[in-house]
Amino acid sequence: MVIRRKLIAVMTSLLSVMLSGVVQAAAEMNMRPGVTETSQAAFDLHMMVIWVMVVISVIVFGAMIYSFIFHRKSKHPTPATFSHSTKVELVWTIIPILILIYLTIPAVKLLIEMEDTSESEMSVQITGSQWKWHYKYIDHDIEFYSNLSTPREQFENYEGSGAANNPNYLLEVDNELVIPVDTKVRFLVTAADVIHSWWVPDLAVKKDAIPGFINETWTKVLTPGIYRGQCTELCGKDHGFMPVVVRVLSKPDFAIWVADKDAEKVVAEKAAAEAAAQSWSLDKLMALGKTTYDAKCSVCHQVTGLGLPPTFPALKDSPIALGAIDAHIEIVVDGKQGTSMAGYGSQLTDAELAAVITYERNAWDNNTGDLVQPADIQAFKAGNK
Amino acid sequence: MTEQMPQASNKKLIIRLVAIIGGMFLFAFALVPLYNVFCDITGINGKTRGQALYQDEKIDKKRVITIEFLTNINRGMPWEFKSMVKSMKVHPGELNEVRFYAKNRSKFDIIGQTVPSVAPGQAALYLNKTECFCFDQQPLAAGEEAEMPMKFYIDADIPDDIHRLTLSYQLFNITEAAKAGSVATK
Amino acid sequence: MGDHHPTGIKRWLYTTNHKDIGSMYLWFSFIMFLIGGAMAMVIRAELYQPGLQFVDPNFFNQMTTMHGLIMVFGAVMPSMVGLANWLIPMMIGAPDMALPRMNNWSFWILPFAFTLLLSSLFMEGGAPNFGWTFYAPLSTTYGPPSTDFFILGVHMMGISSIMGAINVIVTVFNMRAPGMTLMKMPLFVWTWLITAFLLIMVMPVLAGVVTMMLTDRHFGTSFFDAAGGGDPVMFQHIFWFFGHPEVYIMILPAFGVVSEIIPAFSRKKLFGYSSMVYATASIALLSFIVWAHHMFTTGMPVAGELFFMIATMLIAVPTGVKVFNWVATMWQGSLTFETPMLFSIAFVILFTIGGFSGVMLAMAPVDFQYHDTYFVVAHFHYVLFPGAIFGTTAAVYYWLPKWTGKMYNETSGKIHFWLSMVFVNLTFFPMHFSGLAGMPRRIPDYNMMFADFNMWASIGAFGLGLTQIYFLVTIIVAIRSGKPAEQKQWDGASGLEWDALPSPAPYHTFDTPPKVN
Repeated sequence: MVIRRKLIAVMTSLLSVMLSGVVQAAAEMNMRPGVTETSQAAFDLHMMVIWVMVVISVIVFGAMIYSFIFHRKSKHPTPATFSHSTKVELVWTIIPILILIYLTIPAVKLLIEMEDTSESEMSVQITGSQWKWHYKYIDHDIEFYSNLSTPREQFENYEGSGAANNPNYLLEVDNELVIPVDTKVRFLVTAADVIHSWWVPDLAVKKDAIPGFINETWTKVLTPGIYRGQCTELCGKDHGFMPVVVRVLSKPDFAIWVADKDAEKVVAEKAAAEAAAQSWSLDKLMALGKTTYDAKCSVCHQVTGLGLPPTFPALKDSPIALGAIDAHIEIVVDGKQGTSMAGYGSQLTDAELAAVITYERNAWDNNTGDLVQPADIQAFKAGNK
Repeated sequence: MTEQMPQASNKKLIIRLVAIIGGMFLFAFALVPLYNVFCDITGINGKTRGQALYQDEKIDKKRVITIEFLTNINRGMPWEFKSMVKSMKVHPGELNEVRFYAKNRSKFDIIGQTVPSVAPGQAALYLNKTECFCFDQQPLAAGEEAEMPMKFYIDADIPDDIHRLTLSYQLFNITEAAKAGSVATK
Repeated sequence: MGDHHPTGIKRWLYTTNHKDIGSMYLWFSFIMFLIGGAMAMVIRAELYQPGLQFVDPNFFNQMTTMHGLIMVFGAVMPSMVGLANWLIPMMIGAPDMALPRMNNWSFWILPFAFTLLLSSLFMEGGAPNFGWTFYAPLSTTYGPPSTDFFILGVHMMGISSIMGAINVIVTVFNMRAPGMTLMKMPLFVWTWLITAFLLIMVMPVLAGVVTMMLTDRHFGTSFFDAAGGGDPVMFQHIFWFFGHPEVYIMILPAFGVVSEIIPAFSRKKLFGYSSMVYATASIALLSFIVWAHHMFTTGMPVAGELFFMIATMLIAVPTGVKVFNWVATMWQGSLTFETPMLFSIAFVILFTIGGFSGVMLAMAPVDFQYHDTYFVVAHFHYVLFPGAIFGTTAAVYYWLPKWTGKMYNETSGKIHFWLSMVFVNLTFFPMHFSGLAGMPRRIPDYNMMFADFNMWASIGAFGLGLTQIYFLVTIIVAIRSGKPAEQKQWDGASGLEWDALPSPAPYHTFDTPPKVN
């Protein structure tokens, strides 16, 4: 008797441990509830549908399994002869309709909520391009590009496992989108070339970025933290390499961040002016040029300068790198329409631009001997004939 | 091999089926104007209409609608482009003007085309532009800058639940296409 | 009945015989299946671990694009046409298809179309790399030079499908044996008849949209370019107007196959024949009004989202009716589990699971979390692989004795089945989880949190790939040295092909129409 009770106790605790293991695993295998009211409501709806499906499966597959066992020929040699029943057909048409109505009602309610962008407290314009995001705070004068910051060597080593060492592998950026907690933030999403899509699973916000059109969506995050997502519309080569990172700060911290950003701008402008005033040596230009090139240009034009023609032309022996400096500056600063070459005029400092162009004109045996100074870039940008 | 049915009824059926096929092919192309008409009527893709006239509009002083102006620049378009005010508060029915600044920073003469888009989409129906640089192609010589006005009014019968409109202009470089004489403007 | 037929290569080039053409379609589709499958192996090899190991991202995009195009247009669709060619005339007591010469052209266009498409892999700039759904402007303004060949290939393959559909409709309407009313036809013929109508309605729309792509690329139009007054989202509307009925085109014949096989091995008539016909027709009709459920994140107004959500959920009703009818067919039957039955049962269970994820995807507010993630990839692979492909596999095992007069080895068939069952689930079930965890589609590399799911999926995929070789060997061994088959190989089978024709069926059958009561 005592042994029996002990056995039951042991079995129960064992089962609970196993079950919690299953539940834990299930939590890792499930969608996340997220940190907004809408993400949590979406999660609840998701779970509701799953349970409905589980119940239907048990009934339908249960009936099938029953047949496999009890209606197999060896056990049930004489098959029944019925082959229709209008009553039964009506029943199993009407019941699914009722189940669907039961699922639709909360779905309609949630959808209307999710698409209601009214009464937002701040707005951010999000522009997707190949292969980065651009954020512009409409109410402040803050804008910046957000690039993947995982170094390319970590994944282009073609040996795998760079990822193992980096928990935010492919999900980290140089400049995060920063927003305040408990604030309804409106996003105005568009694209500058092809269709992209902005998604943060924890926020349950996904909206396509369509060139020439503006889409609206919103979020109101309940918990400060860092939330990571990715581009979710195939947009070319580096579709998998343009993550979205949102840092949610408390309202006071956000105010500090805004002030810091404004101050940063002043400092950056001063530094750019100083750099432009200097005359850089070839060595200095080549050094900065190489790091800039490897970080920003090798993606498409390759570290070897050989590119991936015809979409990504080679820079080694290229007419542009060997030809007129002005044309070279123009294509780097302004990009080329209808191609994947974006303009880097606002994405790099004048010093970086000068350096990378100098690098391209001298690396890989191009050896033009040309030096492009930050001042040259400044002059170009100021508009010249 | 013997035929079981007279060939005449095969032919009739084949002709009918080919007619359906031809019809569906044409339908694919018809979807283009159908889509545009549908969007025109409902405004749901955020595209604004063509030039409007301002006459005898009743101004609804009791309502205030915020209209925001956004600009963005498509790939390979080396201009500066921004609105001179971020937003305006207007009354429905009232004619207003907003100015945009554009500068061709490059060394080439370029023709630009701005494409407007409105959020929320349905609000596009109620935005009437009487004068807009987006109606025409915008040529700017190298280094040239321009201030471009846009005059608009919002329909007085804009639904009560719309309090804010965002008008976004995307600027495209259409120099090549315009040369080929093939780009339509709206 | 005639058995005399030409020999050599000329036989196959010039044949107008539905049996020959059916065989050519089936072999062609299997070759395409292996090629598309090889691309899947490249994809899963790259995705086996995080990091880029084997291919660069641009080539990876070419693989995912070509895998989709080849499987949809080269493997699944032609395999269904192969079944139609073999079975429809025999099932309705006709001597051949109504338009035998057009039938020959319909087939022979395909090797040319796919040689063109596959050759794009070797063109400068590589093969199409914008997904099988080729959204603009990625495919128009930013597509590689091979895009134009892709467009031509799609046109060719579309013409083939349209001609095949005309043939099916005319055959079914005009060549049924006396006494074979529409409501006496085997359900497989019904599902193909309805599929043929879907084909003639939507393939021309596909032709229209790729033509618009071509003119946007080269002839100065701006259908999909905002700069010229066009709209990239309009591309999606027109594409999916074709695209959604297309997926029903791929599954309806499999519904028909399973509706023939389950009654045979339950030794009981199909439950609810007329309901099954009406349900199939309802699915086809509804398929025209749900297309924008692929576009919930494009910025559609709420009214549109609501309409498409509700219409999509409605399709679950006739589909459910079909599943219940199959279950009711088995209920109180007298079941045996030969290979065709095993694949058909797996079809019902696993297609239903794919249907469940479909209902989840239909619910727009949650779709925002699933759209363009691996959850969608899981959904459509469940309805396509254990759906359409298991259906075709079941058909091949079921009718092989009739087509070739030889039986396959039942043990081999069962091994093939269990290998398929294990590996198909191992490959695609984990994708539900990687999608829910947040992994987008069409990416060659990913964060560690998706690693385990991807590893299992890749292991499953390698096993699934090898299993197809096992299948091929099983079939070849059967054809060459299988045991002679009976006229009515399956005691529960019914239909003209089993009751009125020997195994193998002679080259020419029903030169005189049979009597049908």
